[in-house]
Amino acid sequence: MNYDEILTIPPFSLEKDQKSKLLTARLKALTVHHRANCPQYRRILDSIGYEEDAVSTYEELPFLPVSLFKELSLKSVPDDAIVKTMTSSGTTGQAVSKIYLDKTTSSSQQKTMVKIVNEFTGSGRMPMIILDCPSVVKNRAMFSARGAGILGFSIFGAKKIYALDDDMKLDVDGLREFLEQYRGRKIFLFGFTFMVWQHFYKELLRLKEQGIVFDLSEGILVHGGGWKKLVSEAVSPEEFRKRLQSVCGLTRIHDYYGMVEQTGCIYMQCECGHLHASIFSDVIMRRPEDFRVCETGERGIIQVVSAIPESYPGHSLITEDEGMVLGEDDCPCGRKGKYFQEFGRLKDAEIRGCSDTYAAKF
Amino acid sequence: MRQNFNQREDRKVLDRLTCLVGNADSICNMASLSAREPFEEEIVDFLNAVSRRLMREAKDAPDLMTLGFWMRKASVSELKKRFVREAKDVRVGRGVAFHIAPSNVPVNYAYSLAAGLLTGNANVVRVPSKDFWQVSMINKALSDALTEYESVRPYICLVRYDRDREVNDLLSALADTRIVWGGDHTIEELRRSPLRPRAGEITFADRYSLAVIDSVTYLEREDRDRFAEAFYNDTFLTDQNACTSPRIVVWTGARRKEARRVFWEKEHELAKKRYRFQPIMGIHKLTQSYLAAAAREDVGIVRTEDNYIVRVSVEKPDSSLMDFLGHSGHLFEYDCDDIMEIRELCDDVRCQTIGFCGEPDMIRPLLLSGIRGVDRVVPIGKTMDFDLIWDGYDLVERLTRTVRLLV
Repeated sequence: MNYDEILTIPPFSLEKDQKSKLLTARLKALTVHHRANCPQYRRILDSIGYEEDAVSTYEELPFLPVSLFKELSLKSVPDDAIVKTMTSSGTTGQAVSKIYLDKTTSSSQQKTMVKIVNEFTGSGRMPMIILDCPSVVKNRAMFSARGAGILGFSIFGAKKIYALDDDMKLDVDGLREFLEQYRGRKIFLFGFTFMVWQHFYKELLRLKEQGIVFDLSEGILVHGGGWKKLVSEAVSPEEFRKRLQSVCGLTRIHDYYGMVEQTGCIYMQCECGHLHASIFSDVIMRRPEDFRVCETGERGIIQVVSAIPESYPGHSLITEDEGMVLGEDDCPCGRKGKYFQEFGRLKDAEIRGCSDTYAAKF
Repeated sequence: MRQNFNQREDRKVLDRLTCLVGNADSICNMASLSAREPFEEEIVDFLNAVSRRLMREAKDAPDLMTLGFWMRKASVSELKKRFVREAKDVRVGRGVAFHIAPSNVPVNYAYSLAAGLLTGNANVVRVPSKDFWQVSMINKALSDALTEYESVRPYICLVRYDRDREVNDLLSALADTRIVWGGDHTIEELRRSPLRPRAGEITFADRYSLAVIDSVTYLEREDRDRFAEAFYNDTFLTDQNACTSPRIVVWTGARRKEARRVFWEKEHELAKKRYRFQPIMGIHKLTQSYLAAAAREDVGIVRTEDNYIVRVSVEKPDSSLMDFLGHSGHLFEYDCDDIMEIRELCDDVRCQTIGFCGEPDMIRPLLLSGIRGVDRVVPIGKTMDFDLIWDGYDLVERLTRTVRLLV
């Protein structure tokens, strides 16, 4: 089955066996494709003596560490077919991932994302409030995962405004006007978790104390980017939802898990607070000491597979994040597939040795 | 001319130091302190006193016990025999040694200090920034011993400070010898601070090491469990990240296949029992293996049951392999028919130690072939043993001055 055919299947409709069959066939085919077209990938498979016939399910496929995309330029298409290069966020001085997209992969990413997100927001574009500042997408130097995320999610917006100005101040008048104009309509809000908390929630709270209240009970908030920065503020996901609701009536709040290395296949959080894998991708938790697959309910390192990537060998990756599968096909929200929880990045290793680690490679 | 510390500016810089043993005044006074003869009795006795304290109080710390053992009077006397020649010439310490210890090894600074003391120098030592409990124990032993040896006190000042160019400048200007551990980055940083014209420098740069094991010799050994332990100490004890840790195991001799099987089985068992595996390590090792595989055609990643020891066999060992170094149990392997096959790997200034098991004659042709690397060939298990000849330097020679006496 080619990817456009896979795309016709509703994202959360397949049971375990059907999904496994579908993904195994597609991912094996992608492995063959990348092996034939990406020399580094071919050599990696040769080094482990990869044999296609020995693979009966996609759990047995090799996986590349995501950090490989920081060190190497991995692509499976000629240079002139590349239409877009995406880079990951990274603190200054750190290497960033480089992901090369051709037309097909880029368009598959977008179509996939629409399919998945529509399962949570309903279809059709909505007035959209971007909980960030305009410069984050305008300024190429700042262009980052934040910018890419905003552009990616902008396809769900009909009319858009940025809620913050470039000094990260809430545009109170603009916001009021916008809400006035679209009163009674479903409003789509998008932002990075930390930004939402720091520059939106906190400001709304301050305004509320002054008697200025915004009603966002018709809103749907999608946020992502992780909780690391909020840990220092001691905000739990539950707290985050509760407080947002109390300050502006927002009840439909969806976190998501995803990465630039597998754009398109995002894992959205359902009404029950679980992250969900669609049929286009999957998560497999692995034990750190031997990479064996974890039991349901056991914490492990998250491997992600995606049926999308054709222009770069990123269809099976092991992340540096920790997660836990909570169940499969039986989430009370009704969606099929695995549902899981994510715990953030693994701790850096503490290593002894004679050479001082100034700019550690990892 | 000696550096003059009376200026207010210099004192301000010195105030930024945290002194663990000694104080800012001791640094100021070092400029006019007399150098001593190498292996002077009082210094030897002092180190012995430190040793006694360490060996009494640090029984469960192998690194401190090893340090204590090394500083005993008996073992120092052996060193003295090797390094002090009966001659008319007078030997004396160069004056002030400024040591920069590596930040992530707890005990190394103590060896550096001991070398500086034994060669008759006054010592300012920057100790690891990390708060290792071993550092506190060593410093306590030093402080206690100093109460019995007050005349040694002016010769020791242990300091801690953040990366600070002005402090580096000041202490470098004071130094007759600067000893920089911590690898290429640290050396680069310290090189920005000038030394005085007559001052010397000893730099411990980034190095790599290997193990050469003759399969027949290995299989004839009866103490294979101890051998596994010896290799473990060379490797895992420092997360395989010391300059002395083997990065590649070179197998020689007729029974390689069998030896490899037996050796790795034992090593794996031991690592699994004893090594503190951190979850991210498996990912790091996989990444390094794949980076090597992606760049080279000669790589085969050995299938193992878990991530404690990751092995990558190669067909053409050369020093570019060392661009893919891993740690915490990531080893390249090479099946070697003739020792000269690893010549290229050793013909690199970065190549430091060969941990060796086999007949010495076997490795001699390699060492005599004009290679740029290899500073020491030592038994497996002894790669970390400190000696006054270290990393290719004769520390006694470097830290002393010879006064020709022709009258």
